[in-house]
Amino acid sequence: MSILGTRVIRTEDPRLLTAGGVYVDDVREPELDGAARATFVRSTVAHALITGIDASAALEQPGVIAVLTAADMTDLPPPPPPGEFDPDAPPSEAPVPLGGVWGEPLLAIDRVRFVGEPVAIVLTDSTYQGEDAAELVSVDYAPLPAVASIDAALADESLLFPDAGTNLCQKGGHDTSDESIFDDCEIVVEGDIVNQRVACLPMEGRSTAAAWRDGKLSVWASSQNAQIARFILTAIGLPPDAIRVVAPDVGGGFGAKIGVDRESIIVAWAAKHVGRPVRWVETRNENLTAMTQGRAQRHHIKIGGTRDGHIKAYRLNVLQDTGAYARMGGFLPSLTVLMAPGVYDIPAVQADYKVVVTDATPIAAYRGAGRPEAAATIERAVDWFAAEAGLDPADVRKLNFIQPDQFPFVTKTGAPYDSGQYEAALDKVLARAGYEQLRAEQARRRESGDVKQLGIGLASYVEVTAGDAAAGETCKLEVHSDGTATVYTGSSAHGQGHHTAFAMLVQSELGIPMDKVEVIHGDTDLIPDGVGTYASRSLQLGGSAVHKAAIEVKDEAAKKAASLFEAAEADIELDANTGLWQVRGDPDKSLTWAAVASEAEGGTLMAFVRFTQTMPTFPFGSQLSLVEVDTETGKVTLLRHVTADDAGPVLNPVLMEGQRHGGIAQGAAQALCEEVLYDADGNPLTSTLADYGAITAAELPSFELETSETPTTLNPLGVKGIGEAGTIGATPAVQNAVVDAVSHLGVRHIDMPLTPERVWTAIQKASAK
Amino acid sequence: MDRYPEGEREVKVELTVNGKDITADVEDRMLLVHFLRDVANLTATNIGCETTSCGACTVLLDGESVKSCTVLAAQADGRSVTTLEGLASDSGEMHPVQKAFHEEHGLQCGYCTPGMVMAIVSLLEENPSPTEEQVRAGLEGNICRCTGYHNIVRAALSAAANGGNS
Amino acid sequence: MIPPAFTYVRASSVDDALGLAAEHGEDAKYLAGGHSLLPLMKLRFASPAVLIDLGRVGELSYIRDEGTHVAIGALTRHHDVEHSTVLASEIPLLAHTAGQVGDPQIRHRGTIGGSVAHGDAASDLPAALLALDATFVVRGQSGTRSVPAAEFFKGIFETALEPGELLTEIQVPKPAAPAAWSFQKFTKRAIDWAIVGVAVQGHAIALVNMGSVPMRAAAAEAALASGASVSDAAALAAEGTSAGSDIHASKEFREHLARVLVKRALDEAAARS
Repeated sequence: MSILGTRVIRTEDPRLLTAGGVYVDDVREPELDGAARATFVRSTVAHALITGIDASAALEQPGVIAVLTAADMTDLPPPPPPGEFDPDAPPSEAPVPLGGVWGEPLLAIDRVRFVGEPVAIVLTDSTYQGEDAAELVSVDYAPLPAVASIDAALADESLLFPDAGTNLCQKGGHDTSDESIFDDCEIVVEGDIVNQRVACLPMEGRSTAAAWRDGKLSVWASSQNAQIARFILTAIGLPPDAIRVVAPDVGGGFGAKIGVDRESIIVAWAAKHVGRPVRWVETRNENLTAMTQGRAQRHHIKIGGTRDGHIKAYRLNVLQDTGAYARMGGFLPSLTVLMAPGVYDIPAVQADYKVVVTDATPIAAYRGAGRPEAAATIERAVDWFAAEAGLDPADVRKLNFIQPDQFPFVTKTGAPYDSGQYEAALDKVLARAGYEQLRAEQARRRESGDVKQLGIGLASYVEVTAGDAAAGETCKLEVHSDGTATVYTGSSAHGQGHHTAFAMLVQSELGIPMDKVEVIHGDTDLIPDGVGTYASRSLQLGGSAVHKAAIEVKDEAAKKAASLFEAAEADIELDANTGLWQVRGDPDKSLTWAAVASEAEGGTLMAFVRFTQTMPTFPFGSQLSLVEVDTETGKVTLLRHVTADDAGPVLNPVLMEGQRHGGIAQGAAQALCEEVLYDADGNPLTSTLADYGAITAAELPSFELETSETPTTLNPLGVKGIGEAGTIGATPAVQNAVVDAVSHLGVRHIDMPLTPERVWTAIQKASAK
Repeated sequence: MDRYPEGEREVKVELTVNGKDITADVEDRMLLVHFLRDVANLTATNIGCETTSCGACTVLLDGESVKSCTVLAAQADGRSVTTLEGLASDSGEMHPVQKAFHEEHGLQCGYCTPGMVMAIVSLLEENPSPTEEQVRAGLEGNICRCTGYHNIVRAALSAAANGGNS
Repeated sequence: MIPPAFTYVRASSVDDALGLAAEHGEDAKYLAGGHSLLPLMKLRFASPAVLIDLGRVGELSYIRDEGTHVAIGALTRHHDVEHSTVLASEIPLLAHTAGQVGDPQIRHRGTIGGSVAHGDAASDLPAALLALDATFVVRGQSGTRSVPAAEFFKGIFETALEPGELLTEIQVPKPAAPAAWSFQKFTKRAIDWAIVGVAVQGHAIALVNMGSVPMRAAAAEAALASGASVSDAAALAAEGTSAGSDIHASKEFREHLARVLVKRALDEAAARS
């Protein structure tokens, strides 16, 4: 019986639960002895020229080693020269930062473009001294007019990058000018939807420690990708093989810790500059203003179809606020455009995007990265359409789903969906939720005019995982002469439980028990070649690499076993339950892995696999949110949340459920209570956890998860990625539920987050009509 | 790790941490969480915010959960502190709450976990048979981003069902 | 994240505390539970040069049934107020409200006196104590005086405490009908400060976060006293208030909430009694 598909609790836990994890600030390597502590001086204005920096008062403070600015960075290789900006050049299909005239400096040079941008780095003996000294660094700013919103950016009156001549830095997608696609639509609904800016908020903020020795750099970084981090750190002027990056335990990432940030490069440079190791741990305030944030799109949509519920045409125009620096170019909205039609077979789809810079925190990937925005909007659009047609939203969805026999299915936006059972997933959720009874209870409360109304929200979604499937993932698998195994994976867990999952794969294939399998990740000295964890790629790519490496090791071992048994290779078999090599038909003879590995060169069997996939995979699902809305106060209570999230065969239900739970919570949080806010001058208003509405256990119910497993043929495990799916489905389910709760009062739409005041205001406006 | 050079030590603090007496001269303003991490060298307790919001730094002070980022080391002088590292028995057997977290997959990245575990130990001490609602309300001061709280709540209820803190 | 440097001194008794305050003058602040003061200092919004730790002044931690009133030592922790059996039967509004402050960790440290002395209009306990017509006993070097709650809260974080004075005891009269209470705390998330809060004891109504100080809903109370219905009285809940607008709520929404919550509180109090 294979261990795959069974519930296995994590091998990672005993250490984490007794000694605690070792995050960057916990690392106690001798190389970091005597490290200086770094404190950043950051801009307090959103858009300004820097007219002077006076560190004299700070330098007099006890324990201050140095106060460094861009002016001190003369020992770095120069950045590439800025080229001409061509607004009509085709956008990159990868998440590449816009350089040239849009380039982002390390420490701010002559101007700042968002509150929180790093301007100087203060190095002190202790952290406490650092905060004291940083307060005394005096920066003079000549404020420039704010560019504090998408509209302000589009007006192009105040330019964040004067050399670019505009704030519009990227555009792409398809032509959306052809109105004729709506000609035969009996029903057409049009409107604007906001997908608001949110903070990624991992519990561990960014943290970096750097030490130089003999011209080589070692960096410990809270990163999702040690290898990509190393590549980024070559900006310091070193080749990759002179840099070692270690990602120790990482306290959450959610996409905001892909590679490393400019601060990490500054820290590494500072360590060289002052000849001492340097450690930096950001505060939560820094994290909420200077770590990249997510979403921040504004949509205009038009959806049309026939009165019987068939959707015929859908148009999506995306405006992406990318913050002060276009860290990912047009990548995020290009994914939104790609996934625009969602799970529906819509004959005519048009979608395009524009990206503008604003004087806010730069936007980058956040759990879903471009796909939640697409799902949230198409799911709102379908509800609008259903409401206009007077049809049940579940029925309208079913009428328009891509059917199982249509897969593989290429959407009008070019997304190659591999497999899906959209209606079956929705049916599971409706059944578990008791949809008919919920509608009956809702009707009863509407009839009696209860203050507390019920809302039922649906979301059917599809998303794309392993978007960079061709980059693949690596695995080096060793089986040692003592019978233990080591997996070196390019994947980079920050809570996902890869060590458990990959050990399960080894046990399943080779019969080596999990407690004899060590999994190692996140050290470029040990794993120079790897991609890391984002885009929900790790099980399908990293896991498949482990799986294939195990098969290669098995094949190699079979040869050795045959030689030891003096038998034909064809007669050799491995009992995957016991981990014993045997000759078929001769049960008295067996060899352990230890014995077989001892026969290998150096006493170690080894295989290295880079597993790539030809295409990404498309997990999908449905979610139902049941909410109660107090119509007198607008307060929303989440009562139930039912989901069927399908990412193919479930390798370990424990891990899979955990990913879904966490995803659902973050998705619901965006719908209900999270938003990054700025005032008209670009000053952040939600830069502490007292102000930013991170969701807690008290706001959430326990979740009800249904199982749905639809494999893909794109990898040997048949799996897709579950990491972001929960989030993608939860946001629209909750938003749709809240609107549904008050739709009988005339409310058609409420933008997120669905705070009490927004809900109450929507009710007032609707009843005033 | 010496982060507090000579000349700035102002107050003598004597704490019992996980059963061990620790005496040190520290800055008057040293926060208990830094005392635990940097003087007592117990790094399991993490720091997640500056506004007493997130609960990652929760430890037990004389048996009650407190946010150690908002307690001065000096205020804890003469008192006893328990951190995650002190929960397991002397023979290394995990505390029932630790065990429950393991069995119920109550942690993913692990960063909020020490504070979450200590908060639950204190909660069960005061309310040995909480309802789900009481557990959720009791954890309003502890933020987790990975788990969605579902399994954390299950872990707390499971630990309670299995005899709580004993 | 780190408070500015200060000198820490520890008081062993009330007299000792008063003496230390006199010695250090305006540069010194009392430190009780620290969960109002230390967060401000960590954000560097406050930087007293001296902190006088009251944590060992055990004589100020008590809850005593004094017959007509309950006397609560200023350094009694919220947790103890919440779980007091005396208060559960005699003044359940107070026990309940203490359990609404912050989260369990905060309630293990924060004190009722610290909350009152901090004088935050967004705090829960000052409003409840106002509705209960509590009296605050204040000691200074020149002696002891009693200040009614109605005269205690002067402005934003400003109370009747003179420099160096120490709040030592909160005297809460036992309500005639203890069960006629309600506390409505409206928040987006459970951990948030009240967007608006209402404390009701009988026909006394106090408001949280509807102005620069905790205040009684005087117009609503007057209406009730002259025989108005709960609905009509509640409609006046926002009269005389000066609610603010911030990222959590607009003034208009707060005023609306005040009306809704006062009605709910009065209804609940009536249903309980």
